[in-house]
This record gives sequence, C-alpha cells and structure tokens, in this order.
Amino acid sequence: MKVLVPVKRVIDYNVKVRVKADGSGVDLANVKMSMNPFDEIAVEQAIRLKEAGKAEEIVAVSIGVKQAQETLRTALAMGADRAILIVAADDVNTDIEPLAVAKLLKAVADEEQPGLILCGKQAIDNDMNATGQMLAALLGWAQATFTSELEIENGQAKATREVDGGLQVISVKMPAVVSVDLRLNEPRYASLPNIMKAKKKPLDEKTPADYGVDVAPRLSVVSTSEPATRKAGVKVADVAELVSKLKNEAGVL
Amino acid sequence: MTDPDREAALSEIRAAVAQLCARYGEAYWRKLDSEQGYPTEFVAEMTEAGFLGALIPEEYGGTGLGLLEACAILEEISRRGAHAGACHAQLYVMGVILRHGSAAQKAEWLPKIASGEIRLQSFGVTEPTTGTDTTALKTTARREGESWIVNGQKVWISRVQHSDLMVLLARTRPFDAKRKTEGLSAFLVDLREARGRGLEVRPIDAMINHHACELFFDDLAIPAENLIGEEGGGWPVILTGMNAERILIAAECVGDGRYFLDRASAYAKERVVFGRPIGANQGVAFPLARAHADVEAAALMVERAANLYEAGRPCGAEANMAKLLAAEASWKAGDAAMQTFGGFAFSKEYHVERKFRETRLYQIAPISTNLILSFLAEKVLGLPRSF
Repeated sequence: MKVLVPVKRVIDYNVKVRVKADGSGVDLANVKMSMNPFDEIAVEQAIRLKEAGKAEEIVAVSIGVKQAQETLRTALAMGADRAILIVAADDVNTDIEPLAVAKLLKAVADEEQPGLILCGKQAIDNDMNATGQMLAALLGWAQATFTSELEIENGQAKATREVDGGLQVISVKMPAVVSVDLRLNEPRYASLPNIMKAKKKPLDEKTPADYGVDVAPRLSVVSTSEPATRKAGVKVADVAELVSKLKNEAGVL
Repeated sequence: MTDPDREAALSEIRAAVAQLCARYGEAYWRKLDSEQGYPTEFVAEMTEAGFLGALIPEEYGGTGLGLLEACAILEEISRRGAHAGACHAQLYVMGVILRHGSAAQKAEWLPKIASGEIRLQSFGVTEPTTGTDTTALKTTARREGESWIVNGQKVWISRVQHSDLMVLLARTRPFDAKRKTEGLSAFLVDLREARGRGLEVRPIDAMINHHACELFFDDLAIPAENLIGEEGGGWPVILTGMNAERILIAAECVGDGRYFLDRASAYAKERVVFGRPIGANQGVAFPLARAHADVEAAALMVERAANLYEAGRPCGAEANMAKLLAAEASWKAGDAAMQTFGGFAFSKEYHVERKFRETRLYQIAPISTNLILSFLAEKVLGLPRSF
C-alpha cells in the first residue's frame, strides 16, 4: 500500500505571532517556519505503518511557496520515500485555500493511487479543519477525522476519534482519508544519517497548472486582529464576598 | 557564506537536535547537576541518532560531515539548556585515531565509536605540576617486551568514568630542553582493562558537573600495538586535534550565549515590576543587546575558523580567537541574564545559574584566555616571547 501524506509549512508553534499593521494577516516575514505539528504526526504514523509492514511507500506532498521544500525535506528525513512540491505561490504570505488544496491533492491521489491519505486534522496557522474532509468528498472516499488511534486490517481502517463526548471508534473502508489528532503518536526527530540521506531522495516540483487546478482565492480576509488583552480582575477580601459577587454580579450561582 | 543546500541541512540538524533535547528538558540536567550524575541516556540517544558520529567518515560507519555540522550540533545542545560538555569529546577525540592511527587501529575502533559501542571521550594530557607547560609533563612510558609500562599522574581528565578508551600522552624519551616537543608519545588506553591494574581513578569534587578526575598510573601495562603514530612523535598527534576542538568548544559557547539571551529576553518581556515589563528599562535591555552583539560577532569568527579548517588552511589564530571571543561573549550573556533574572537567577529552578557556572569553564579550558593572548601576541603580532 502507498500512503500519501500532505504536509503544510506553517509558522513555528513556538513563535509569538504578530498581526501585520494593515490587518491583512499575520506577519510571516523573517519568521521561523516549520512543518504543521499535526502533519508531523501524520508523517510519523505513515512511517510506523511502513515499519509494521503495512505500507510500502510514503509520498509526502506540499502545496505552497518554494520554501516548502524544506518542510518536505524534513518529512523525507523522518522517513518518507519521496516528495512532491506543488509551487502555488511566490509570496510567503499567500495562503492557498482548503478547496484548492483539496483539488490539487485529489489530482495527486488520482495519479498516485494511494491506499491511504494521512493528514493533519488542521493546520495551526488558520485552523480551517477542512482540507481532509473536502478531499474525501472530492475523491468519494471514506473519511475518519480527529483520529487518536489507528489500526489497518483487511482493507479497513479502524479509527478511534476524539469527539466531544469521549472516544468514538469507527471502521471505514479503504482507500480512505484519515485526519490525525494530537494524541495519535509522538513524532520522531530525524537522525543525522537520515537527514543526509534525505538530500538524495526524489523531490518533484510541479505547479497547479500541471494538474489543471485554479488556486485563485475565493475568500477575502476582512480583518485580522490580536486577541483583546485581558482586563485586570478584582480582588475579593474573603469567601463571603466572592460568593456574593458570583451570586449577585456574575449571576452564576 | 555557506551554500544554501548546506545551510538547509544545518537548520534541519539544529531542529532535530532541539527535538531530541526537548525530550529531556532542563529539569533532567538540573537533577544530574545536583547528583553529580552523568547523562547516560541522553548521550546514548545522541549517539544512536548519529549526531556524535558526524565527523567519522562514512566508510567507518559515521556520516563524514564537516566541522560546521559538528559545530551546529554542539551549539544546539548548549542552546537548549543541555550540557554539551558531557558528550562533545565523543565527537572529536576520535580524530586522533582518524588522522594518526594505523589502518588496523582505524578499522578496529572507528566503527565502534560511531555506533557508540565504544566510548572514546577522555584525553589524558594535563598534569598537576606542569599544567599548560605540556612538553614538561612527567608521566613516562617505557617499553618492556610487548608492552609499554606507564607511571605518573594526570589531573582534570574528564569523563574517565564514562569512557571505554582514553588517549594518553606520556614521555617515552628523556626531556631535552632543546627539543622539548620530541620524545612524547600518544597511546590508546583501554580503561576497562586498565582500572585497578595500574590505573587508579579519583573523581574531583568540582564547581560544575563535568566529571573530571585525577589519574594515578603505577606500572600500568599497555599493549605495544596501542601506540598511536610514531614513538616519540606524540606532539603532532595531540596538536592537530586542538584547532578542531577549540572551534567546537567555541560553538558550544555561542550556543550558551544564545541560550542566555533566549531566556533572559523572554523573562524581561514578561516580568512586570513598577507596572511594566522590566525589559522596557534600558538598564535591563542594553546589557542583553550588547551581549547579543558580542555573541553574534563571536559566531562569525567560529564560522570563519571552521571554514578555514575545512578548507585545510592554517586556522590556529582564528580557532583560538573564536574560542576566546565566544567564551567571553557567553560569559557576558550569562552575566546579563543573571542580572535580568534578579533574585530568581539564584533559584536553581530557573536553570540560569547552572549554565552560568558551566559556561565559565570555557575561559579556562581547554586552554585559558591568557595562553591564547600570548599566542596571538607572539605568533600573529610578532611580539617578543614571554616564556
């Protein structure tokens, strides 16, 4: 079985984000970028499937700016076999919308015919949580989202999903799109020999035109703002005052 | 400047080392520091992930990378609050075998060092009475049949209790004041066999957790085949590794400096006194900004020295200057960080004081600042000899 893993280059989760002065988005100039952490979990899961003998080949694919090849090199260093970069933007501030990404991924899937697509449940930059679902719909495949445990057996993917009420276990027919959640695994770091070997692994470069997909944006960002700073609270003298305030002012008791 | 492909690989190496270090966290290092413990698991994982075999050629099981990659590894370990001193020697002491060992020695030891099966992270040169006056060292080795018999004493030899092999420098011919550097020989000592059979190891209770020991040799027999290079030709064997060592230690200092600035800037942004973050006070901000400039300048010298070293060009002055500048820059950054953290700097929970103690070492070891100044004055500026 071949596993396709889409990975996105996003602002590093350790970076404190700053909103651009004109409110058009987050300032990404000269900011540390990394692989979306949920995609890292997807790559790790694909490698574990390969190590368990349940997958033969792992193809990582990224859609975005040319610099996303660094993200793909990381996936290759972790253990993916080859990579496809679809250069869909020149400006690091351009974000390709989920539907366009899903269409491109569908085109890649049509070409590659993977048995499983493992993706992060969402990217930490704009938290859309849409691409995996859209991709499953476009392909007409089954989907399992928010997966925190995954077993592949006899053409079925048994996924434990983190839902509001607790855990839900579903079994879906393969090929399927599985989007992964935080607790699925702890991704490995790349070993030094693997970092060096990754440089020799194939990385194909494509454009959206190669797949006949239009990536022009359909949405427009009206404004972006930082969360309001928290206002100072009040100090209460004793428990009695606290209870009284909760009862009379907050009205929660 | 480094080419973009290599730069990309360097940043991947840094990211991977940072991820590895994150699995341990600073609490791990604080605990080891309080117990004088050795980071056995950390070093094993660093080895397994191939980072300590970076400089060993591929034919011997390493990755055969350059000094810049090795610098990036040690710098990143230091920057993440870990103590690179616990494992740096495994990365470079093997250079003695690689450059001067026989084909048999290389084939025997290098693959095992690359895999971590054998730890070669001790270097026995310094002696209590002679210190930096290395050629005056008094430990002797005399040939008896198929063995060399060693007698003498060494001090400040690091990680002896966590190493399987040690490179030892001893006198095999009497000291000749006219030919000071001749008559010294380098040996490979198998510590597993030597301990208790002519070698006594005594740990030194020291300011930082660097696992330094005193060694006493009393008729220790070393197999004749463990001589590295020529008999009497030990001086160049020791000398050729020194530039690489200095550049690598300098990279660690750059990592320490960046660690202090990461931590102190973060703290200065969030610590609020008199109704505003303390970093808004220039008395707090400027020492950090100054230290940043110093650390970045030192980093340039480290890169320059590493580039010269890799190109096979003379780099003694640059390697020494890199070590001097980086060790002073990390110390200044540490001092600025201590002042920024104020009283909390003294709380071990904040880790800064541990790193502050650790980085102080590098103005003294592996060579003290005064010796570097003396070298620069005499060899670069052509000033008269002072000793």
